[in-house]
Amino acid sequence: MSTDKPVGVVLVSHSRAVAEAVAELAIGLAGGGATAPVAAAGGTPDGGLGTSSELIAAAAAEVDRGAGVALLVDLGSAVLTVKSLLAEGDELPPGARLVDAPFVEGAVAAVVTASAGADLDAVEAAASEAYDYRKV
Amino acid sequence: MLDVDFFRRWLRAAAAAVEREAGRLTELDSAIGDADHGSNLQRGFRAVTAALESEPPETPGATLILAGRQLISTVGGASGPLYGTLLRRTGKALGDSAEVTAEQLAEALGAGVAAVAQLGGAKAGDKTMIDALEPAVAALGTSFAAAATAADEGAVATVPLLARKGRASYLGERSIGHQDPGATSSALLIAALAATAGE
Repeated sequence: MSTDKPVGVVLVSHSRAVAEAVAELAIGLAGGGATAPVAAAGGTPDGGLGTSSELIAAAAAEVDRGAGVALLVDLGSAVLTVKSLLAEGDELPPGARLVDAPFVEGAVAAVVTASAGADLDAVEAAASEAYDYRKV
Repeated sequence: MLDVDFFRRWLRAAAAAVEREAGRLTELDSAIGDADHGSNLQRGFRAVTAALESEPPETPGATLILAGRQLISTVGGASGPLYGTLLRRTGKALGDSAEVTAEQLAEALGAGVAAVAQLGGAKAGDKTMIDALEPAVAALGTSFAAAATAADEGAVATVPLLARKGRASYLGERSIGHQDPGATSSALLIAALAATAGE
């Protein structure tokens, strides 16, 4: 279940502030040692609200260490843009995967799991399991 | 037969229609979306026009694939990957022939529309671009003009529908009574196709 190289995590939000804050939260909660590489791809390149395939591709390349990249997304166009980048084939690193998870909780689970040296399947499973945690 | 020049003219006509109607698309989107559909598509189709000028592809398929790529990377909203997938998948289905028949285009566009439906998880009646595109593809077997009419009727028919996909779906009942911006821009794309064919 563990590999020498960490899985990278990309957080794709419509808002730069949301993506960066969730990244900060996840890294903070995973803290205590070295954490897996995490990159935020929020908003449009000019800082507006929206999704940028350019920022997503750059973030994925930045966190890729050869063990795969888990992409977590928030709404609508973030989901669709990542799906279409994956369909394109060569836009994202090999082993890049859209992970179906709640954005904040999933990000924390993904970063904690990746930081523990788990592989991409385990990172995906941990992030997706965040859906099962009911709050009431 | 439809050659690469026909496809360039179609995309330029679509870009011109988006420029002309951007205000109306954004107005429709301000009722049930986030008020950026017109400006988003404008940015995307300007990039398409620029790419067609700077690196003109040699086949109908490559033309649509290039245009699709531009839309995915420049639009910034959900219409980018959706229209990008529509054009790219249609282009891929056309293969690398120098010329295609209207029947081949109809079949390829059908594959493109199916890919869009799969990407967005939408079906007819969800108040999306599918409501204009599916009837258009069905009518393409008759003529380009029939497809344009069907797309337009499909877009108008979204008015009484309850939105089930996208930002508009958060509005629930309040989405009823507004024409879907995506179905409207899809109708523009098909109208541009008919105009390019001289129908």
